[in-house]
Amino acid sequence: MINILFVILLSSIVSILRVNIKAKGIIAVSTIIVFALISSVISISAILGNNYEIILSGPILFGKVPVVVDSLSAWFVLTINFTMITGALYGFNYMKKYGSMKNEITLHCIAFVLVHFALLGICSVQNGFIFLLLWELMALSAFTLVIFEHEKPETIKAGLNYLIQSHVSIVFIMLGFIYVAFKTGSFGFDAIVEFSKHQSVLSGTALFLCFFIGFAIKSGFVPFHTWLPYAHPAAPTHVSGIMSGVLIKIGIYGILRMLLIINTDYTTIGFIILFISLFTGIYGVMLATIQHNLKKLLAYHSVENIGIIGIGIGLGCIGLGVSNKWMAILGFSGALLHTLNHSLFKSLLFYCAGNVYQAAHTLNVERLGGLIKKMPNTAILFLVAAIAICGLPPLNGFISEFMIYAGLYNWLYSSNLISLIAIIFTVGGLVLIGGLALLCFTKAFSIVFLGTSRYELHDEIRETGFWQLFPMYLTVAFMIIIGLFPKMFISLLQQPVSLFLRKVVFDQNIIKVGAIDSLQTISWLFFGLILFVIALLGLRKFMSRNRIIESGTTWGCGYTNASSKIQYTAGSYVRSYAKLAKPFLDIEKKEVEISEVFPSEKHYETDPYDKIERIFIDAPLKLINKITNQFMFLQNGHLQIYILYGIIFIATVICLPLIIDKIIMILHFLNNL
Amino acid sequence: MMQPVKDVIRLFRKGAIYSETTSIIFRISPVIYFSTVFMACLVVPFGSYKGIVSFDGDFIFFAYVLALGKFFNIISAMDTGSSFEGMGASREALYSMFAEPAFFILVGSFALFTGNTSFHKIFSTLHLGSSITYMLGGLAAFVLIMIAMIENSRMPVDDPKTHLELTMVHEVMVLDNSGFDLGLILFTGYLKFAMYGALIADFFIGGLSIMWTIPIFLMIQILFAIVIGLIESFMARFRMNHNPQFILTLSSVSFLIFLGVLLVLDKFV
Repeated sequence: MINILFVILLSSIVSILRVNIKAKGIIAVSTIIVFALISSVISISAILGNNYEIILSGPILFGKVPVVVDSLSAWFVLTINFTMITGALYGFNYMKKYGSMKNEITLHCIAFVLVHFALLGICSVQNGFIFLLLWELMALSAFTLVIFEHEKPETIKAGLNYLIQSHVSIVFIMLGFIYVAFKTGSFGFDAIVEFSKHQSVLSGTALFLCFFIGFAIKSGFVPFHTWLPYAHPAAPTHVSGIMSGVLIKIGIYGILRMLLIINTDYTTIGFIILFISLFTGIYGVMLATIQHNLKKLLAYHSVENIGIIGIGIGLGCIGLGVSNKWMAILGFSGALLHTLNHSLFKSLLFYCAGNVYQAAHTLNVERLGGLIKKMPNTAILFLVAAIAICGLPPLNGFISEFMIYAGLYNWLYSSNLISLIAIIFTVGGLVLIGGLALLCFTKAFSIVFLGTSRYELHDEIRETGFWQLFPMYLTVAFMIIIGLFPKMFISLLQQPVSLFLRKVVFDQNIIKVGAIDSLQTISWLFFGLILFVIALLGLRKFMSRNRIIESGTTWGCGYTNASSKIQYTAGSYVRSYAKLAKPFLDIEKKEVEISEVFPSEKHYETDPYDKIERIFIDAPLKLINKITNQFMFLQNGHLQIYILYGIIFIATVICLPLIIDKIIMILHFLNNL
Repeated sequence: MMQPVKDVIRLFRKGAIYSETTSIIFRISPVIYFSTVFMACLVVPFGSYKGIVSFDGDFIFFAYVLALGKFFNIISAMDTGSSFEGMGASREALYSMFAEPAFFILVGSFALFTGNTSFHKIFSTLHLGSSITYMLGGLAAFVLIMIAMIENSRMPVDDPKTHLELTMVHEVMVLDNSGFDLGLILFTGYLKFAMYGALIADFFIGGLSIMWTIPIFLMIQILFAIVIGLIESFMARFRMNHNPQFILTLSSVSFLIFLGVLLVLDKFV
């Protein structure tokens, strides 16, 4: 099977290189679909309990390479496949506008196929060395995808930022693997299992934290999130969609996998993850609310949702630690389901942003408005995704958040004072995240799509074509199915979650919670809600059948000369929030005070920045710059001096061993005296 | 006294006028708003009787389905492109964001107290025995009344009878609604009021028999209305920028309830 995938990969790369520009995209899309089909067949049987295992004999350097698709891998493979397919289909139509950039398209198609291959590989290999190779392949090809529009300086800057940060992430992961390999002589995952069994809990925790930091950079936990808000807006839309949808989830996969194979103190780890995630969630959404760039706003929401997933994982860990079975089940299933859910609605939101960008050529929400009349499909899709991401019923976001809440409330039964306070703060935090997400998405949706246009746009705005909308409708259909039939997906989650449950022996006395059974009732209520809305719409139609329905202008409260300029803007919509949250945010404001009797035109500008980025990234960089600047005099542009450096270097390299030899000789001589 | 009801009935029979700026969002929002409140009512229990639907974690559904209604309310206000309605929408979103944690912490405290996670089970096992639990009940009623005031845009936070649009929150959001839609929105407001009244009543009538439940329920509902009337008569509306502080205070009061529950359960070792 692996060989087949490999052959397909190579042949598709070769043919992408050779065919004409139109066929490149077709080949890339069909390769993705074939990959997805093959891996989905394996995964579906794995998620039902039949693991797929083969062992490849690798070179002596890293030993045997077991390729195992167990139910956890299968869940992630299926998640990845769906978003990759919609991403490829969307991207195929999206990239038609860039038909003239032949070389870029070639590179883009190859990188796209490689990313999918690498992601599938990461989910299934159980050898650290190959894992790192694939990880690097993924990072590099994702970098290639991001810098598609490389003629823009900010794209290159964002791409490099991403490249550097993903290599910092690789350093941490590598450190973990090499440490274990150094101690045991093997890169295999089973070596880590054996190794951590015989270690003290403390060193197990340290090993886990090392991996955790590496994976956290990839998935964007605060304070390792700073690459996300740059990379997502810079990349082409479908790439932002798959980056936010699946690429950052691979970090979540890594964390979960390490939880499975490293033996640690689950309670401590759980508390650490819970704390970081809660902070991530709140901080992410706090910053998202004040963004004016639609894609940047969505990128910060990815940070927030990673926080929610992390809260689920933290809960599950603590559940294992305090041997509370239901809490572990609810925590892990909530986290896994939210991973899938987020990959759906976030990619959908990015695709909508892409449609908006192609129509209006701007992502600055302040310049948009009233798009619902010209792009009704995109608007409705965005609305559905926005409802889902806020965790509101009757869509999939509510289901996973409900499970996390239920897990939290279930924790109440088995807890001491510290965990009780942790629960209350987590519940409060989660609710606050929900409230802020509501504030943020009502802003994003209403400023972009509702009201009237705020700015004179150059082109006529037109709805996107059917084939570009098709993958989006596919995603929505999937979201609605999860929302209305949650039980089906929970039963699919049984196997992956049971992998974690095997790790500890549970206290049998804990009361069974009905939260999972509640989902059945909830799905009936969702149906009820939808039917009720339809019935009520019918009633209204019936009631007003003989009445006069007129249309007029918006009531201006007596002011009759209303224009689109007096509409509420995104900045004014969140102004009171921004004022309240001022101590935590970093907003640069440029405003001119009005002093004349007849004021002339005034300019007002706000520029949100990330406070954590300022502290954790910018400040150290400044310091490094300062130190390295001390050596500026070395780079003076004189060729002669550079040659002199070379000669000094060669002389040192030759002389140093000789000198050391002499010193050792002298030392021997002295010792023998 | 029945004037509000009469207004609603009259509005139901009227035609409507829609702004040219608005889209389909504006037309479906009132219907969704009403449906969500109706759905939320389904999980509210009555005394020792279950709500029409009752399940573990139903209060999460309760809060989130109300939030869905609010979501549509807000975007429908923004749909008109009016600066006044945008202002109301912005305030509504901000206030409800701050009010939600208070509700969740409150219910969480009682979930801990009774060991249950559905409205019905919490209320039916809530024994108001010792004096400290009475205190908790009183505080809970206070928090719920205040949440109800915020959610229904009543006096200390919002003044529904004011004549200046700049000082409104909820009223200004529905400036452009007319006819059936406006009637529906007003009706939803009354329904929401009664729903919160029922929740408050449930704090006290959970364990009683039906003979007592009905009169006490009615009494508490009337008392709730009177209290709100009194608050409205004797209090002026806060300045808008004081509102968030006031709403955050509610979260602290709920936190106080939580600490009280910890105290009762001897969790402080």
